[in-house]
Amino acid sequence: MEFAELIKTPRVDGVVLHRPFMPTVEGTLCLTGHHLILSSRQDNTEELWLLHANIDSIEKRFVGSLGTIIVKCKDLRVIQLDIPGMEECLNIASSIEALSTLDSVSLMYPFFYRPLFEVIEDGWQLFVPEEAFKDLESMTDEWRLSEVNKDFSVCPSYPSLLTVPKDIDDESLCKAASFRHGGRFPVLSYYHKKNGMVMMRAAQPLTGTNGRRCKEDEKLINATLCAGKRGYIIDTRTIAVAQQAKARGGGFEQEANYPQWRRIHKAIERSNVLQEGLIKLVEACNDQSHSMDRWLSKLEASNWQSNVKEILTTACLAAQCIDREGASVLVHGTEGTDSTLQVTSLAQIILDPACRTIRGFEALIEREWLQAGHPFQQRCAQSAYSNGKPRSEAPVFLLFLDCVWQILRQFPCSFQFNENFLIMLFEHAYASQFGTFLGNSVAERLKLLLSQKTVSLWSWVNRPQELERFLNPLYEPNNLVIWPSVAPQSLLLWEGVFLRWNRSTKCLDEAYQEMVHIIEYNKELQNKVNSLRRQLAQLETEDGPLQTP
Amino acid sequence: MSCTEVWWSEMEHIRMPKVENVRLVDRSSSRRTQVGTLYLTATHTIFVGKGSEDRSELWVLHSLVCDVLKHKASQNGYPLIIHCKNFQVIQFIIPQESDWHNVYISLSRLSRPEKYEELYCFSFNPNVDKAEREHSWDFLDLKAEYSRMGLPNKLWHVTAINREYRVCDTYPADLFVPKSVTLPVIIGSSKFRSRGRFPTLSYYCKENHATICRSSQPLSGFSARCLEDEQMLQAIMKSNPGSRFMYVVDTRPKLNAMANRAAGKGYENEDNYCNIKFQFIGIENIHVMRNSQQKLIEVSALRSPSMGEFLMGLENSDWLRHIKSIMEAGIFISKAVAEEGVSVLVHCSDGWDRTAQVCSVASVLLDPYYRTLKGLMVLIEKDWVSFGHKFSHRCGHLDGEAKEVSPVIDQFLECVWQLMEQFPCYFEYNEKFLISIHNHVYSCHYGNFICNSQKERKDLCIKEKTHSIWPHLWENKLDFMNPLFKPDQSQNQGLLRPRTAPYCFKYWRRLYNRFDRELHPRQSELDCLMTVKEETQQLEEALALYEQKLAVLDKERAKTLYMQKGVLESKQALWSSPLDTSLANTPQDYIGGFIGGAPNVFTLQQGERESAELCLFGDKPKSSDADNSDQESGVADFSSHSSGEESLPSEDSVKDPDSDETGPNRA
Repeated sequence: MEFAELIKTPRVDGVVLHRPFMPTVEGTLCLTGHHLILSSRQDNTEELWLLHANIDSIEKRFVGSLGTIIVKCKDLRVIQLDIPGMEECLNIASSIEALSTLDSVSLMYPFFYRPLFEVIEDGWQLFVPEEAFKDLESMTDEWRLSEVNKDFSVCPSYPSLLTVPKDIDDESLCKAASFRHGGRFPVLSYYHKKNGMVMMRAAQPLTGTNGRRCKEDEKLINATLCAGKRGYIIDTRTIAVAQQAKARGGGFEQEANYPQWRRIHKAIERSNVLQEGLIKLVEACNDQSHSMDRWLSKLEASNWQSNVKEILTTACLAAQCIDREGASVLVHGTEGTDSTLQVTSLAQIILDPACRTIRGFEALIEREWLQAGHPFQQRCAQSAYSNGKPRSEAPVFLLFLDCVWQILRQFPCSFQFNENFLIMLFEHAYASQFGTFLGNSVAERLKLLLSQKTVSLWSWVNRPQELERFLNPLYEPNNLVIWPSVAPQSLLLWEGVFLRWNRSTKCLDEAYQEMVHIIEYNKELQNKVNSLRRQLAQLETEDGPLQTP
Repeated sequence: MSCTEVWWSEMEHIRMPKVENVRLVDRSSSRRTQVGTLYLTATHTIFVGKGSEDRSELWVLHSLVCDVLKHKASQNGYPLIIHCKNFQVIQFIIPQESDWHNVYISLSRLSRPEKYEELYCFSFNPNVDKAEREHSWDFLDLKAEYSRMGLPNKLWHVTAINREYRVCDTYPADLFVPKSVTLPVIIGSSKFRSRGRFPTLSYYCKENHATICRSSQPLSGFSARCLEDEQMLQAIMKSNPGSRFMYVVDTRPKLNAMANRAAGKGYENEDNYCNIKFQFIGIENIHVMRNSQQKLIEVSALRSPSMGEFLMGLENSDWLRHIKSIMEAGIFISKAVAEEGVSVLVHCSDGWDRTAQVCSVASVLLDPYYRTLKGLMVLIEKDWVSFGHKFSHRCGHLDGEAKEVSPVIDQFLECVWQLMEQFPCYFEYNEKFLISIHNHVYSCHYGNFICNSQKERKDLCIKEKTHSIWPHLWENKLDFMNPLFKPDQSQNQGLLRPRTAPYCFKYWRRLYNRFDRELHPRQSELDCLMTVKEETQQLEEALALYEQKLAVLDKERAKTLYMQKGVLESKQALWSSPLDTSLANTPQDYIGGFIGGAPNVFTLQQGERESAELCLFGDKPKSSDADNSDQESGVADFSSHSSGEESLPSEDSVKDPDSDETGPNRA
């Protein structure tokens, strides 16, 4: 096995582990192909099992012969290992570095992981486009499922099945695809049952500097409009950025060619800027020394909260166009794989109560992120502690989860899941024993044979034992559209992620437990009262005839 | 002058009792306005909307108004902005210039009363008889509070020296001092302290006999000493038999304290006092705090700010830094008392601002009692009201020195709120309680927070002429309860040890944006849990009844048919109350109105506009927008939570706890 070559020292005794808000543990450190394990070999002491894939970066320090490795994880945790012996320490450090940056996807842990539970419901089969289309068909017959991308040649980042207007044939789709960045022609993202309006998504049109146009593209999106109705194109970039894109062959829809559409530009940051923001934010959160002023300055300088606000605002705008203006919407940015998906998925959470259930949210992530071709592998390769220059890493998905959390805070009773569910998704997007977030597109996942060789995250999450942790005790299905506030006063820092390792959660956990208890006790009482009431009613009827002889 | 006379004299200030066709501007969207009639009364500004179905009303107490401003006239009319001390901002547009001017002049005068008798509490006359009113003032008993602490005991007793307020006119009549100090020592010490505020007990820790004492600064100048003052401190130290020293905490920045020496004041010299450890804790003075809050209020009132504007504004206000410094002072003192068992003497300059803050924050950290509803009332009554926090000056009850105004008590309430955020299960009350107290500190609706000292209140016959707020809050305690409160754990927790990393201090949106409904969560976890808890209580009662019934029925079955009939009849009556289904299906309003606003405000010509301005949500409590009939509010009707036919009704418990503050119609 090739991992053995990378592990120079598989085992060191007398290693001391320091974690914030936890007692130090002394024990034996073991390196395996996929895990860093620290075990005290005593009962009642928690072992540390850390996936190498979760390690973002490490730092080494030496004082005499005592070495210290600071391990910084993608889930933002920082731990410290004191390792006696300089050589051992250096060996361990270099092994961790090598093992946490394996290039080959097929060497990742999900390909080696064997579940200790029985897979009852295979997550890989849970959300197939055909099923989603059946739902759509029950509401409208204006759409069809196209196989034009069967072999991923029209658009490598799209799935093989796509929902498009019924009247547009595959040939037109191909032509429209050639007019859109990466072949991402406009496809259906969401159908609003209440008024039949739709949300489409795509990549930027390739108008270039000389204003190219494409009749098929125009026809395709016009086919989604009702007679006499107008639609909105939400470009997630500022007009300036969109203009600049023309020089590189991209661009935006010209009014003259799309007279039935009104274009709105927003300002969602591009991914590399977001990555810098994440690094700054986490730096600020981990800085223990600073004063009040520096904290707020740094929070501000990270722009993280601004990004949250901008993304949410754009999603609200899209939702508003659909629900209140009664207009259809096309969303795109540059590539259509990042900010576009943030907007389309958040708009659905606002509009569609189904997306606020656990299953519905899973389906949304499957549909709008995994199948829609968000490049998880690239975006989540590194997190906030990466030292190197970011390549294509960006916390696009984390920002989406943060926005969901903001809505959840504002509508604490409208979601079936709780904050833990969102945090779990964040963790697994960055490092996981499951194959769900591997690869960058459906095509890549098929090539990797993920559904055969790895376990789906959903197979595990949806087991009743696991699900329990993720259920929101306050949930009451709410069929309404939920409009969040996007004012800075209303948006909070997501402490559950960013301050998670810097605070003791004892008091908050206690509060959560109490909340669960209050609600469970209420339900228990309700059952008791109801059964007593039935009992009484029964007695009453039994006794009834006696009363009136 | 009798109240009626005052009332009439106030009526004279009203140049314009009524103005028609005034527009009330919705601050979240300047385009949404409501037309109605503006009335000026002796006590309130009242706006009555003209809507045919809902005559929405807005009542604003004159005593809550801190500022009236004329804005530049436009073709729409003449705008008048009213800033209130509870952070409400109201904008009227008045059609006629002359009316505009008259309303402005009248309101400016009415909101700046010159005499105590003009304040609302002297005309507020709820339907209670004299005995009841007098009784309301006995609701809190400080003597009982000291005896709860374990005082008097063999080391501490009440001195009668200030019974006539002769030694210190800003101190209460009853004061605890070490038994060992003699009257000459007290008098000597008081002469050596600013405004005669000699060291006296604020909190006594039964478990280890450590105390928190308070005073004003010593008149030490550069070298003056006072034997009696030194003896006083020595006596306080010795009254804590377990300790060999005591802390003297000067809550001012060192520089400020040193500057005071030039004026013959200053701080204790460690060389002159035996066994003291002297400590500065730099809390800024009232002027810095006033400016800081002013900046904070400006930030909180920004309409659709960018995230950067908001965060930088928050930072530049320095408000949270000041909150942190007060908290840290409280932590220092509470640790000294609880962990070291050492007594602490706290002072600032006069000992009625920072000293009150710090002593009371330390008390909340130390003693779970102050984390109960009654306990917080007692604490405010003791450390603030009785010890002469200058409410009238600090809150600007009367027209006077603007430089005396400062949000000192705001900061204390906010410290408590910050603690509640960190310790959600250890407080019996919720933030509505704090906000309600804040409101009443400023409203002059009740007599408690009028005047600057106990003596002044006595001279003004506050107890004879006004009502006390505490019983009123107590009656509404259901609204103020924290559903997550775990009394046993709070009790066993011991000292609260809050964290003071900068990110632990948060912006208190519920207070500063109290009236901006659109900024708050659309569903409230707190309200939800309160409803569930209330329902649980009803279920418990029902359960007990049913069990009793069942037991009776079982017995009855063995008895005569005659008896059974009676039981069943009475049971029917019992059932009818909890099963009133009309109540069960009464929608509960969590946000005070439906969100479903006027999205049509969004104009397509302005595609680049920020969505925050889009007014995605109307927030008028009773919006009459016709296009909102779909009630797409996103707010679940929580009462449907239990709406099965078998469940019990949950009563609408969310009545506005402050409802009386906006209208005197109960009078």
